[in-house]
Amino acid sequence: MRRRPAPSGHDMTCRQAVALVTDYLDGALTGEQAALFRAHLAECPHCTEHLAQIQATVAAVGYVGAEDLDPPAWADLIDLYRRWRAGT
Amino acid sequence: MVRLALGYVRSRAVAEEVAQEAWLGMLRGLDGFEGRASLRTWLFQIVVNRAISAGRREHRYVPVDDRDLEDDDGAFGQDGWWTTPPVHWADRAVDRIAARDVADRIRELISRLPPGQRQVVTLRDVEGLASSEVCLVLGITEANQRVLLHRARSRIRALLEREVMT
Repeated sequence: MRRRPAPSGHDMTCRQAVALVTDYLDGALTGEQAALFRAHLAECPHCTEHLAQIQATVAAVGYVGAEDLDPPAWADLIDLYRRWRAGT
Repeated sequence: MVRLALGYVRSRAVAEEVAQEAWLGMLRGLDGFEGRASLRTWLFQIVVNRAISAGRREHRYVPVDDRDLEDDDGAFGQDGWWTTPPVHWADRAVDRIAARDVADRIRELISRLPPGQRQVVTLRDVEGLASSEVCLVLGITEANQRVLLHRARSRIRALLEREVMT
């Protein structure tokens, strides 16, 4: 049986690659889709840049939160949870 | 938690009340948890449930129309390739992603997103919940969640681009 040819960067368009970025980052693509996506990125600096921008975006959004639950409140909560789990 | 509640109820006062109620409810009723989900997921589930019932009492769920995704994803020709390739700035974003003023602008943008996008991006990228947890909390499918997340991130990406380029 002949092996299928490795996917080329031209088997997926930029529009398709950009539309699949979130699925790719979530590991939600099928093996075949992921291979096509990676092959496209290997040949396309613009879509590679777009992916890097989305990753930078996720990192930036990660800095938005964390201020509304103060550490003591979380510590109390975790303590309650542990006691509950321990059945006391 | 207030941010999450604001996805369901319009006024900040009500959102704060909902978050407060969720805390009290949690402190009173740890037995309702049953160990089926992570503590964080369970807590958010309480907030969402309370916010939904408060929102229903108020009839304040106001959906916001979505814009076309294409504007945010990029400019593509009929053949599917970039017509205007993206400006390359990701390697210069390091200094800006943690900046307080950028965080403030992102927070403000998130508050103006359509409710579904706002809730998903808040839970996933602000609060750091896993995809499966967000689906559980919001009662949506994984595919639906990824569409909402994709749109939200695309808009925030455009904002970050302006922040890095100026």
